[in-house]
Order: sequence, then structure tokens, then C-alpha cells
Amino acid sequence: MTPVFYIIAALTIAGGLAAVLLKNLVHAALAVTVAFGGLALLFLSLDAQFAGFAQILVYIGAVAILIVFAILLTRGSDLPQDGVFSHTWLIGLMIAAGVFSVLAWAVLRSVPALPHETAVPAVTVHDIGVALVGRYVLPLEILALLLTAATIGAVIVAMHEKDGAQ
Amino acid sequence: MLGEGILKGMAETARNFAGSFVSKERLTTVEYPEERIPTFENARVFPFLVYDTNDWEAGLRCVACQICEKECPPKCIYIDKSKDKKPDYAGKQQFYPTRFDIDISVCMSCQICVEVCPFEAIKMDTEFELATGDRFGGLLLDRKQLAKSNEYYHRIHPTEAAEVDVRLAEEKAKANAKAKAAADAAAAKAAAAKPAPHVEGAGD
Amino acid sequence: MLDKPIIDKMDQIFVLLQHWLVSFLPVSLQPLAAVLLSVIVIVCLFPALFALTTVFERKGLGRIQNRLGPNRVGPFGFFQPIADGIKSLTKEDIVPASANAPVHFLAPIVLVVAVFMGFAVLPMGRNMVLVDMDAGLLFYFAMGASTEVSVFMAGWSSRNKYSLLGAMRAVAQMISYEVVLLLSSVAVVMISGTLSLPKIVEAQNQYTWDLPHWYIFTPWGLAGFVMYAIAATAETNRSPFDLPEGESELVAGYHTEYSGFKFALFFLGEYLAMFSISGLGATLFLGGWTAPFSFLTFIPSWIWFFSKLMLSIFVFIWMRGTLPRLRQDQLMNFAWKFVLPFTLLNLMVTALWRFMGEGWERWVVCSAILAVVWVFMGRIEMRSEHFGPRSYRYAE
Repeated sequence: MTPVFYIIAALTIAGGLAAVLLKNLVHAALAVTVAFGGLALLFLSLDAQFAGFAQILVYIGAVAILIVFAILLTRGSDLPQDGVFSHTWLIGLMIAAGVFSVLAWAVLRSVPALPHETAVPAVTVHDIGVALVGRYVLPLEILALLLTAATIGAVIVAMHEKDGAQ
Repeated sequence: MLGEGILKGMAETARNFAGSFVSKERLTTVEYPEERIPTFENARVFPFLVYDTNDWEAGLRCVACQICEKECPPKCIYIDKSKDKKPDYAGKQQFYPTRFDIDISVCMSCQICVEVCPFEAIKMDTEFELATGDRFGGLLLDRKQLAKSNEYYHRIHPTEAAEVDVRLAEEKAKANAKAKAAADAAAAKAAAAKPAPHVEGAGD
Repeated sequence: MLDKPIIDKMDQIFVLLQHWLVSFLPVSLQPLAAVLLSVIVIVCLFPALFALTTVFERKGLGRIQNRLGPNRVGPFGFFQPIADGIKSLTKEDIVPASANAPVHFLAPIVLVVAVFMGFAVLPMGRNMVLVDMDAGLLFYFAMGASTEVSVFMAGWSSRNKYSLLGAMRAVAQMISYEVVLLLSSVAVVMISGTLSLPKIVEAQNQYTWDLPHWYIFTPWGLAGFVMYAIAATAETNRSPFDLPEGESELVAGYHTEYSGFKFALFFLGEYLAMFSISGLGATLFLGGWTAPFSFLTFIPSWIWFFSKLMLSIFVFIWMRGTLPRLRQDQLMNFAWKFVLPFTLLNLMVTALWRFMGEGWERWVVCSAILAVVWVFMGRIEMRSEHFGPRSYRYAE
């Protein structure tokens, strides 16, 4: 828990809060980008280079841009007349609180079970690669299959629209 | 093969690149303020006033008939007619402009003033370096600035100026002949009228 | 021939200079000072290179079109960038009334910062890398991806249809070609087995019969380099992929509403991106700072790196002077239907090369596969409606 951690955590939380509270959808999307960047910095401060850079590459480079494109293509960039809170905010809050409490419970319970390592484990990209195609090859392949299916689905959706236009 | 056309194009531009250092014919650029191409004879920019003899004020061919002022499409010519008269190139008494201004910020170089002028007094100039820091006064040319000699006209438009000179000479000759004929006729008339009293007197 | 210590000194002159300068400081400050010094050098050097490149580009383009190019300011026009700099600094900074001011202000800064970060992992000579990261290549691509956000910010915040269209085009194009850029670099990672750029250069620093082991001199490396070059051109929005700033239809693209110093920052960011992507290409495929022949190794390594960089920039300028702009649908079809499949095939071929082991067989097999696919795919694609002459639905 260094000062660096607190600065990065504050940045990330501020980004997340701004994403929820800002009225302008594009501003919210940019705030999400800030939150993603903060997460990446947290990974980096834990010496997890690969995860940190992958976070930037995937989330800032692709997901944030995807969100922005979705906003622009759906005319969501118009400012909402009434507030940003929907009518069902109470239910949403309850679900969020439930998820948070489950996660917090799991994290707090797992603390004694974790081995207390004093030295920072030196994990190189090479080790991550070996683990991904060795021990964790099955989850990796399942993920790949899922993503391929999603890609094909997206292509089919796009093609259908083109046929309808003609 | 894919990419062949790109390579061909790159070879062509490479030839241009290298060639521009070697052959001077490739570089068509004329570096204007230092070098300049001679102006073309038919080039036209803004009108000017032609004068004969060495005195620009007395030699102006313009007789302030104001046809050009009326015909000018953007109305950029301003003429004040004189009260007195002075002799023109043919020796005939004519009015002259006390003011002849052209606003070249308005002029559109249409040459209509030149075409309508019956006195060959206004012609198109080839001078194009007219930039000035004063956009109101500096672009309103008065008759002193507009007056250019007939020699200058010969220099910039030799063919046209020669034709004009021939025409003016013919007209002058015609006018002279007419004047002479008129003078002769007047003299003859005077001569014819004179003897009568004499005859009458002689009859006494 | 010079003797070895002098050669080594020349090679390491900047490293030694840095150590010497830092040695005046207390020990506790030395690491920070060393990093700061390198950062200052990078932050000064590359904008200077940018200034030089702008004038060389304009003169080069002029020569390609049989013109003279700028030759008025200073000797042979070489003070032109200074004049341009003064002009852009003193110009009024106009922000449109309806623009989203904070985002409009942040966009050029984000762009330039993200682009500068990319230089941190480029090895510019032997032992001349700012941070030798284990995941250096990934870091580079992460920073490259962040520039897309800034381009979008610029386009959206200007409240101008041309800006927005330019930004959408730029982002769509950058996402499409970033996939290719990554995948063509993955081939190098597969062979060298590391994401660290200095190690990738080290892996290419061997010679057989005076010839270097650069990856471009292998079948998969050549194919990968061609794909990388195409993707890099598109990624930096350079002609013929400069649709995001196609002045005939979009005024100036996403930086239409920028003036003065902010515009200069965009301009700087664009050229810096070009430098860093050229540097990465040189590192991955052209052996980074290694010499092209083993008998030329006495020339300092940083000279080789920067000459490779300048050579790629010259090719960029040459291409700009040669090729007309693509149409948006051609651009997208080219990315997804030709470049991406070919890059994926190149990955397979790279794997084949890796597992066939040493010997001449792998040269024949890999070259044959790539050449045949290149020719046939080229034939088929050129005949298809996406690349051939345009047919109009209503105009004919």
C-alpha cells in the first residue's frame, strides 16, 4: 500500500464514478477509458507487465473505441433530458450491492488461504506463454472457440443487414 | 503479379526525382521575383490612358466623352469633364478630363472600355505588380498614374499600337483634308464673297 | 582500420556520455537522472528530426513532381521548419464555440504523449534503449492503440462533420490495420521467442558469409515485412492510406478545427508515429542497430539504426509522391480480405519454418507456399469487384 497505489486507485475510482454519473455519453465513455488506464497502471504497479499492457491494448485500444462507435452509431450522443438515473435505480443498486458483497466475502475469506510470499514472483512473458499453451490450454481453446463463434455471428448479422438493404 | 503496378509507378517517380537534379528541362519552375517570363503581347490586366507628345497632361487622347464610364460593367471609372477645351491630336478643340480615376480593386479587366472608346484613348496594360499596403487609396489610380505614353503602348502591344497609329494617322489626314477642304471652301467662299463689293465698288 | 577500443567507444559514445554526466550527482539520484537524461534526449531529438523531415519531404515531393520545393527561407530553404514553427506558435488558437473544450484541449496532448511513449522501448543502438522491458513489443502496441482514443477525441469534440467523419475513418482504419501490424510482428516473436526488442535485435546480430541474419532475408520475414509496411503506412495515415485527412472530401480530417500550436502538435504526433513505427519495423525485420555486412560493424550501431529509420522515411515519402489515395471500401476490403488472410498464412508458414529445422528444404517449401498464394490471391482479388474497376449502380 504505497502512495502510488492510492493515487492510481483514486484515479481509477474517479474514472469509474465519472463514467456512471456524467450526463454526456461520450464523456462517460472517455471516463471509462481513464478507469481502464488506471486498472492497467495497477497491474503495472504489481509488476504484471503483460496483464497491464494487454489491458491497455484490449480495453483502451479496442473496447473503449467499440463503445464510442456504438454510441455514435446509435445516436446516443444526444444529451438526455432528464437525469442519468433510470426508474429502476433501486433494483440496480441492490443487485450491485449483492455482487459487491459476494465478491468482498470471497476475497476476505481467501486471504488466510493465500500463501504469504515475501518476494515478488518473477513471472516473465515467457512463463505466461508456457502456462497458456501448457496447463491452461483447454480454457484458452474454449475462449478461442467462443470468440470465433462471436465473430461469425457478427459477420452474419452484418450480412443480413446488407441483404435487407438490397 | 500483385504489386507490379506499384513498383512501376515508384520507378517512374524515382526517375523524376533523379532527373530533376540532372536535366534543367524537367524543372519548369520560373523563380518569379528573380526570373520572369516575358509578358505576352495579348496579356491584359487593367486599363491605362494613352498620351501623345511628351506632356502627359496636354497629350491625353481622352476627350472626357464618358462613354467608358457609362459602359463599365462594375462602374469603376470616374470622370469629371473640363469646362474649357484644348486641341486634340488632330488639332480639333475638345474637352479633356479634369479627373479620370479607375478603381482597380473593382475593375474586372473586361476590356469593354477599350472596345467602346472612339478615340483610342484607353488601352489595356500588362503591368501586374500593383500590390499596395493601402487598399483604398492605393488601388484608386488617378489620371497621372494612368497616363502612359504612346511609346510605352508600342512597347507592350506592338501590333495593336501600330494599327492604332495607322488608323489615327488616316483620321488625322482625313480631318486635315476635311479641314483643308473646309478652309479652302471658306477661303474660296471668302474669295468669292470678297470681290463682289469690289465689283460693286468698281461699278461705281 | 581502427582499433577495437576506439570502435567500442564510438559505438557507446552516448552511453558513456550519459554515465559521465550522471556520475557528478549523488548515488541516490543517479538512476532517476539517467532516465531523465535519456528522456530529454528523445524528446529533443525526434522533434528535431521531425522538423528536418518536413522540409526534406516537401523538397523530395517537389523533385518527384519536377518542382523545386521550398527554397526561400535560409540556405536551400532549410530554415523553413523554423518559420513554420514560429508561425504556428504565434497563430491564434481557435476553439469552435460549440466544441467540447476540455476534450478538444486534451486530444493533441494525449496523442503526442502516447506517441512519445512508444520510443521508450526502441533500441536505438547497442545498449541504447530507455527501458528494456520484458514485454516491450506489447508495450509499443499498447501505446499505439491509445492514439486511436485521441484521434476520436479530436474528431468528436470539434463538433464538425468533417472532423467526425475523419475521426471515424481514422479509427476504423487504425483498428483494421492494427490487427495486421500485430500479427505480422507475431511472426518475429515466434522465431525469436521474446517480446523484448533488444533481444529481438540480438537474435538477428549474426552473420553467415558476411551477410546478416535479418528476418527480412527469410521468406516469412519478407512477407511479414511487406505486410508490416502496408499496415504501418495505414496506421500512420500516410498516403496512399491517408483517407482520414483526404483534403478533397474532408478538408483536413480530424484536425480540421485545430489551429496554431494544437495543430502543430497533431502534425508532430503524426510524424513521430511514423518515426517510431519505422524504428519498430527496422528493429523487427531489418536487424535494428546491426550492420548490413559483418565487415561494416566498425561503424557505430546508432548510425545504422538511424540510417535505417531515415531510409524507411524516404520510402514513405516516395510512396506518398507516387500512389493515389484509396477509396474507403477498397481500404477495408484490402485489409480484411487480402492483408489479414495473407498475414495469417504467414504465421502458419513461420510455424512451419520453426519446426522444419535447419536446412535448405524449409527455404524452398516456405518460399513456394508464400509465392504461390501471393500470385494466386493477387489474381483472384484483382479480378473481384472489390479491387477491380468500380461499377456504379445508378450513374451508368
